[in-house]
Amino acid sequence: MAKHHVSMTVNGEPVEFLCETQQTLLDVLRDELELTGTKEGCGTGDCGACSVMLDGRLVCSCLVLGVETEGRHIETIEGVAQGSELHPIQQQLLEDAALQCGICTPGIVVAAKALLEQNLNPTETEVRYWLAGNLCRCTGYDKIVRSVMNAAAKMREEA
Amino acid sequence: MGNEPKIFTKTYKWVGTRPVRPDGVDKVMGRAAFGADYQLPGMLFGAVVRSPHAHARIKSIDTSAALKLPGVHAAVTAADFPDLPSEVSAGGEAPVNFRHVSLNVIARDKVLYEGHAVAAVAATSPGLAAEAAALVTVDYEVLPHVIDVLEAMQPDAPVLHDDLYTSGVDPRPTTASNVAARTGFTLGDTAQGFAAAEVIVEREFKTEAVHQGYIEPHAAVATYAADGMATIWCTSQGQFMVREFTAKLLGMDISAIRVIPSEIGGGFGGKTTVYIEPLAVALAKKSGRPVKLVMSRVEVFKATGPTSGAWIKVKVGAKRDGKLTAGEMVLKYQAGAFPGSPATLGGMTGFAPYDIENASAECWDVVSNRPKCAAYRAPGAPMAAFGVESVLDELAQKLGMCPLELRMKNAAKAGTRALYGPKFLDIGYAETLTAAQVHPHWSMPLGPHQGRGIASGFWFNVGGPSSAAIHINEDGTAEVVTGNPDIGGSRASMALMAAEVLGIDYAKVKPMIGDTGQIAYSFLTGGSRVTFATGKAVCEAADATIAELKKRAAKLWKIDGQHVEWRDGQAWSTLDDGTDRAPLPLAKIAANASKTGGPISGAVSINAAGAGPGFGTHICDVEVDPETGGVTVLRYTAIQDVGRAIHPAYVEGQLQGGAAQGIGWALNEEYVYDAKGRLQNASVLDYRMPVASDLPMIDTVLVEVPNPGHPFGVRGVGEVPIVPPLAAVANAVSRATGVRIDALPISPPRLLKKLVDAGKV
Ligand code: FES
Ligand code: FES
Repeated sequence: MAKHHVSMTVNGEPVEFLCETQQTLLDVLRDELELTGTKEGCGTGDCGACSVMLDGRLVCSCLVLGVETEGRHIETIEGVAQGSELHPIQQQLLEDAALQCGICTPGIVVAAKALLEQNLNPTETEVRYWLAGNLCRCTGYDKIVRSVMNAAAKMREEA
Repeated sequence: MGNEPKIFTKTYKWVGTRPVRPDGVDKVMGRAAFGADYQLPGMLFGAVVRSPHAHARIKSIDTSAALKLPGVHAAVTAADFPDLPSEVSAGGEAPVNFRHVSLNVIARDKVLYEGHAVAAVAATSPGLAAEAAALVTVDYEVLPHVIDVLEAMQPDAPVLHDDLYTSGVDPRPTTASNVAARTGFTLGDTAQGFAAAEVIVEREFKTEAVHQGYIEPHAAVATYAADGMATIWCTSQGQFMVREFTAKLLGMDISAIRVIPSEIGGGFGGKTTVYIEPLAVALAKKSGRPVKLVMSRVEVFKATGPTSGAWIKVKVGAKRDGKLTAGEMVLKYQAGAFPGSPATLGGMTGFAPYDIENASAECWDVVSNRPKCAAYRAPGAPMAAFGVESVLDELAQKLGMCPLELRMKNAAKAGTRALYGPKFLDIGYAETLTAAQVHPHWSMPLGPHQGRGIASGFWFNVGGPSSAAIHINEDGTAEVVTGNPDIGGSRASMALMAAEVLGIDYAKVKPMIGDTGQIAYSFLTGGSRVTFATGKAVCEAADATIAELKKRAAKLWKIDGQHVEWRDGQAWSTLDDGTDRAPLPLAKIAANASKTGGPISGAVSINAAGAGPGFGTHICDVEVDPETGGVTVLRYTAIQDVGRAIHPAYVEGQLQGGAAQGIGWALNEEYVYDAKGRLQNASVLDYRMPVASDLPMIDTVLVEVPNPGHPFGVRGVGEVPIVPPLAAVANAVSRATGVRIDALPISPPRLLKKLVDAGKV
């Protein structure tokens, strides 16, 4: 089966890859581009571990085909920090001990960042519903939700 | 006991603080390597062929068509694995029969559940591997199956294993059955106890099989070299367990296998055995190439361990004043396809919070055509506690007594003999009740359709073999190497304890997790043992390092070693000979190490004894929607005696996470089978784990009654918090609706039916 040639940008950098028709964006990121920060928890769009931004929209990369990304702009967890300077959400999650095993964390970071980009003053309920697509089996969400709100507060101060 | 929870008064510089975890930056940046993140040059991708039937005889397996596909390099079946004898050895969180582990990893004559592995293939891409797996033809003779635990115990039930005879019954049966074992415990005389009772409550309960639900599926990469040496990179709760189990299943020497642990994306007990690792090694051996195997979520649900669904009967008797006179429980637990349910652990734990003179537990381990159960956080305890704590709630209602007071009146204390044998030493159960009583949650007003439940729980916590090595670097920083995967912040705890004992800054301590070739054996991460047992090893390794540092200081001072003391990270001379010796800081001793005898290190391997039992009490408020049967958790408070919290934020996290899993177990999670014994909800959409919008904040209270068996008083903390929630939620719903909940999950359709049947709506 012939592979497809696709060009897109990932975290601002143009990339090209060959992929099979059935390969998802998640497969492409992880297996072809070796960007393994984006995780696979289910492959069916139900856990949020694979969250990325596609042309500025939060999506499950396991529900996007690699061939659909021609000319698109992808942002992944690897692009969230500026070099070795953490994004305030990343820093806050660390300070609040809001990760245990850490497998859900990249998805949470990407999703929470997308929330705060459009609403820098979310209520607890807004955070909970926004993150309802990001499963975490370890934390019970308490520290994650608080941490996102704490990060928002700090970002408001700085804004 | 006083009225206030005992507060641990000794303060430390590092222990009890909340610094950022050493592995944190990698985890928030996506740089931490989990099981599926490893790639090797020339690597093949594996796929597993699984049974579509719940129970069938394998007549033949033909892999030839798959192997003809270009790019397919290997196929394995049970014929590629030694046919192991039935023998039981200690391992995992419970005794292990390696024949069963082997037959679970790859079926030999029969498949025993839908999803049971029958063959595996390796090819140049995941897509090709899937195609090849579909070309493997298996000829099955489908057999009648049985899913339900009570049906599986019937004399006419389809029998899974024709060599399984119930153990623990007299006389020993002469025919094979699905009942693997009966175990039991007795204390005092229950007949007398019930005769003395003024009130008796008895009820039957049912719970469904639930999955650990770790977000990271099982994943492994294996290589096998021409010299017979294998290396495995994988996610697990114990690299030494993977090494031992894989060696056993493949007939290899333990020294021929090196296991490099990845970060682990959750386990909760479910990664305490092997599934794909031996298959990956077998495929690597056949193909001569590295092989990667990653489970899909469907495979995780169908072929890895849920914990048992259970049938439970509990009877308690009490005096009018609430003093318990007798307790009795019968537990029938699903083991899945092979023996080994945690029924016995249920029997040991259910009554443990209480001082009951006359008690008994009868535990049945029953196989059926379900995936072999695996450990899940406090294995066996939550179901038994669901029964006991529900019956106590009902007893409190009958007596017109506050359920907290009823528990207080019967609380186990130092000196209480537990049903399972030992007398408790220092324990903090009563302290958790006191903390519950004074917590604002306990007295908050409730509205219509709302109810408040309370329940307690117990877990032994374990110790066992652990190793730790400390290396002092040339600049006075320290490496702390242990052999336990960090599943929830344990690197931080190890570093805090090492910093405290050595007397240096937390930031100067670098904790690391060694592979099987880099550190001596440690039993796996499970049983709430790491901060206790491996932490104890770290403390002892730090002591050994200090002994060496003192010797080196003595050499630098040219005095006798007995005149050196270690305090605040420095050596102090106690010799009163007129010479003034300024204390020698660790960094200075390290810088001079080559002059005083070479590198400075301390390593220990211990068998940690003295694990302190843990008790917790949870309070749950719910609101029930009488129109839909939907239950909303309004408030939740988890209180636990943790001995001593090394990193309190991660201890709170354990309580919150355990509570959330327990709430899911109580309200929504269950394995649903169709008439053919096929799992109907093998996805995280249909297997409904709690999401952020399902839960409120989960408040925690850390009661600290120090465990005398640990240098800082640590008790294990990870397991206890999943024990109380089942009953805490059920009791809250019972009180909100006036209908006693006797079956889980309390999903909306089930609750609505119960309310309708009871004429409540
Ligand atoms: S892996 Fe994409 S949502 Fe779970
Ligand atoms: S921290 Fe483990 S799944 Fe979220």
